[in-house]
Amino acid sequence: MLVYVAKRLVFVVPVVFAVALVCFLLVHIAPGDPLVSVLPPDASQALAEQMRKAYGFDRPLPVQFGIWVWNAINGNLGTSIASGRSVTEEVTRAVGNTVMLAVFASLIGFMFGVMFGFLAGYFRDTWIDKLVTTISITGVSMPHYWLGMVLVIIFSVQLGWLPAVGAGPGGWSWDWEHFQHLILPAVTMSVIPMGIVTRTVRALVGDLLSQEFVIALRAKGLTEKRVFVHVAKNAAPTAIAVMGLQLGYLLGGSILIETVFSWPGTGFLLNSAIFQRDLPLLQGTILVLALFFVFLNLVVDVIQAAIDPRIKRG
Amino acid sequence: MSAVADDLVRLAVVDKARGYWGSVFRRLSRDPVSVACAAVLLLIALAAILAPYLHLADPYQGSMIRRLRWIGTPGYPLGTDELGRDMVARLIYGGRLSLFLGLFPVALAFTIGTTLGVMAGYLGGFVNQAIMRTVDVFYAFPSVLLAIAISGALGAGITNSIVSLTIVFIPPIVRVSESVTTSVRSLDFVDAARASGAGPFTIMRVHVLGNVLGPIFVYSTGLISVCMILAAGLSFLGLGTKPPEPEWGLMLNTLRTAIYANPWVAALPGAMIFIVSICFNLLSDGMRSAMDVRS
Amino acid sequence: MSEAEVLAPAADVGGPQQPLLEVRSLSKHFPVRGGFIGKAGVVRAVDDVNFSVDKGEVLGIVGESGCGKSTTARLVIGLIDPDAGSIVLDGEKLGTTLSLRDLRRRVQMVFQDSYASLNPRLTVEDSIAFGPKVHGVSADEARARAHDLLRKVGLDPALFADRYPHELSGGQRQRVNIARALALSPRLVLLDEAVSALDKSVEAQVLNLLIDLKEELGLTYVFISHDLNVVRFISDRVIVMYLGEVVESGPVEALWADPRHPYTRALLAAMPSLDPDRRTQEAPITGDPPNPIDPPSGCRFHTRCPYAEAVCSLRSPTLFATGNARHAAACHMVDPASGHSKAAQSSAGELPHV
Repeated sequence: MLVYVAKRLVFVVPVVFAVALVCFLLVHIAPGDPLVSVLPPDASQALAEQMRKAYGFDRPLPVQFGIWVWNAINGNLGTSIASGRSVTEEVTRAVGNTVMLAVFASLIGFMFGVMFGFLAGYFRDTWIDKLVTTISITGVSMPHYWLGMVLVIIFSVQLGWLPAVGAGPGGWSWDWEHFQHLILPAVTMSVIPMGIVTRTVRALVGDLLSQEFVIALRAKGLTEKRVFVHVAKNAAPTAIAVMGLQLGYLLGGSILIETVFSWPGTGFLLNSAIFQRDLPLLQGTILVLALFFVFLNLVVDVIQAAIDPRIKRG
Repeated sequence: MSAVADDLVRLAVVDKARGYWGSVFRRLSRDPVSVACAAVLLLIALAAILAPYLHLADPYQGSMIRRLRWIGTPGYPLGTDELGRDMVARLIYGGRLSLFLGLFPVALAFTIGTTLGVMAGYLGGFVNQAIMRTVDVFYAFPSVLLAIAISGALGAGITNSIVSLTIVFIPPIVRVSESVTTSVRSLDFVDAARASGAGPFTIMRVHVLGNVLGPIFVYSTGLISVCMILAAGLSFLGLGTKPPEPEWGLMLNTLRTAIYANPWVAALPGAMIFIVSICFNLLSDGMRSAMDVRS
Repeated sequence: MSEAEVLAPAADVGGPQQPLLEVRSLSKHFPVRGGFIGKAGVVRAVDDVNFSVDKGEVLGIVGESGCGKSTTARLVIGLIDPDAGSIVLDGEKLGTTLSLRDLRRRVQMVFQDSYASLNPRLTVEDSIAFGPKVHGVSADEARARAHDLLRKVGLDPALFADRYPHELSGGQRQRVNIARALALSPRLVLLDEAVSALDKSVEAQVLNLLIDLKEELGLTYVFISHDLNVVRFISDRVIVMYLGEVVESGPVEALWADPRHPYTRALLAAMPSLDPDRRTQEAPITGDPPNPIDPPSGCRFHTRCPYAEAVCSLRSPTLFATGNARHAAACHMVDPASGHSKAAQSSAGELPHV
């Protein structure tokens, strides 16, 4: 298994490099002057040149890429044009919020997803199954940003129970004043992963239960509880893998929910970076998010290998 | 030849063989859920296509005194939006763009993705590595992030949205195509075809394509709802359709601030996206079941 | 080439003395990935195999699963490229005067899995007509040819031409496969476990069909099977393969009457007897089948051979003719100069029961 892990690790390196390249290229093929948001419209040529030099935009592209990568490895992602702060600082502040939101949403989604999935798998083709399948399809088909709006309408506008925007005053702390801001966005974000996990677990459990080895186990006289444990153990690797993937998607795709709820996370940062044409911030944020995703996939693969005896043997 | 004549099999019933797609269609039409979804989609699609002939109000014409009327106001069955435009008209006209943005990128990605995937799967070797490794790089990005990044880079607009969405959906289709092609390629009848002296492109066309298009197609239909939601999401962020074009995602964006004044009208466009999306998903699931059973 | 020429059997070349097919020193090794840095092994699927097939005869190839029979067949028809050795058809060597396309006109194959051998999306008629169409025959001609062939294999075109594979039984599908193999009028047909997956009664029918077709069309067969009874029934000559090598070859009755290689002996003895008066006495082969990645040194069979001696693990025996020139075995006991204590004993009958 160590061999498998080693192979996976080695493979990550070119992927990371390619990701960085794509990030860089994406941002630099954008039409328009990167400095347009900072320079006053009547700035002189000399001033423009000076600013350009300061940000390094006058160098040829491959050189810019090299410098950027080198700095990134050393932890320096450049300076945000719009705010003047270091990109690393901005991203670090935002990442914590996004991670918290994503993890919370994942937990909710995973919990309910597994529960529903097992129910549906065990009671296949009954009304329970149909109900669960409906819930899961609803979850997957839901435009989550719309759901966010609807929840805000119900719980903030009409009922006034929960706040609609933001993450609470000041920095984060684990009190109700802050926590209440987390509820609506997390629930909204949990719906799609819940749908996917439900569907996956249902298929897995249903398949496993109909396989002959389960019939053999029951014939052997194993109690239902033991059969359940067996099924759970077999289903675990895939379920975890799916959830890990979903967590990755949540991290990378949180921008829509964060926009609806004005949640101060990386998605929100991305949004402002795009509209302010803040290239360094944009590059840095996309890079960090993509890398998160890559490493999360790696972790999921490794965990799966650890649990699944078929991969363990190499 | 008498020994062979003895072996001639006689059948009591001569039943002309029916095509595979014929039986799939029949099975599909017997599933009430699939039929219902298909009907709903057809209705919405027809309304969208025939919009100019439906005697609707002008979707671009607003009036500041008639802003945000409630649902059920006489003359405005579904209310008006933040600029006083009739919601019924906006929704139906909006359907045109929204449906188009949901279907067209997937169709494009299907064509490109299947070609690349089948080639990668059948030809193997260097071609396979080149295509699949490139796809892997794109897989390193979560799709939402990729779509937003590309759209962010290219700027807002319908064409750019289409480019961005197509790029996002090509990798999964390539993956599925390659996987299905590889498993078909290992079957004996492909070897038999090679043994007949046929070249790789003939074999891909005659033997491989027919056997892989089914699963790839069903998979792709499952992507339509995701594409719709993503397209609307892009517009919601301001990266897709530009105002004043009616499009459900953009409408959600501009009506957002109105949720305090008139929440139900503000929620309408999203409801449309939801309905269409769920119908596509259910239909796609129905197709998958219909194709699973061998007669 | 005109359509008629495409569909007509290729002319005989070289007369009856020249073997139709000659396989010389054929080898194919498959790399096996070990660990990341671990020993990468090689499966010697086919190792220095030599045999020939005369015109009009049926050559049987027998052996256990994994002995290389199917790989050999795929090498002969050019589906896999050999690592070493050559294939000579009608005196022409593949790769020189004989192109792959020509080879595939004259050699065809019937596979074991009748269902996987047919494209589930094509009708029976289309499947059979595919080969001719690839070589330039018009659609109508190809269709007529397909119908003709269906009749030849005992399936009425009116009933079967428009059917799909899943609508046929195993035996019917295999007939279709045979028809398809005959579509380009080959001279040599390779049958890779072609009847192994069929029910016994159907198997008998298909075997009889094969024999009739051979007579009618002047075909030559290479018949691969692990079923010894079937091989005995249909073959003129037989070669026995073990772990990628040919260990014995000869006329079928000579092999059955006097098997000279211990493996052949064991194979034949392991067949359960259906005669209550002559029950099987000998025990089946002992020992585990060895690892194909790491075959035993010297003679590959020596770890399971009751007659093994020191020389057997040192030197690999080559095919050596027994008294009957056409009957040869790769065993040190057959070669008088090998150094084996029992060398030069002329027949298996003289070997003590072990």
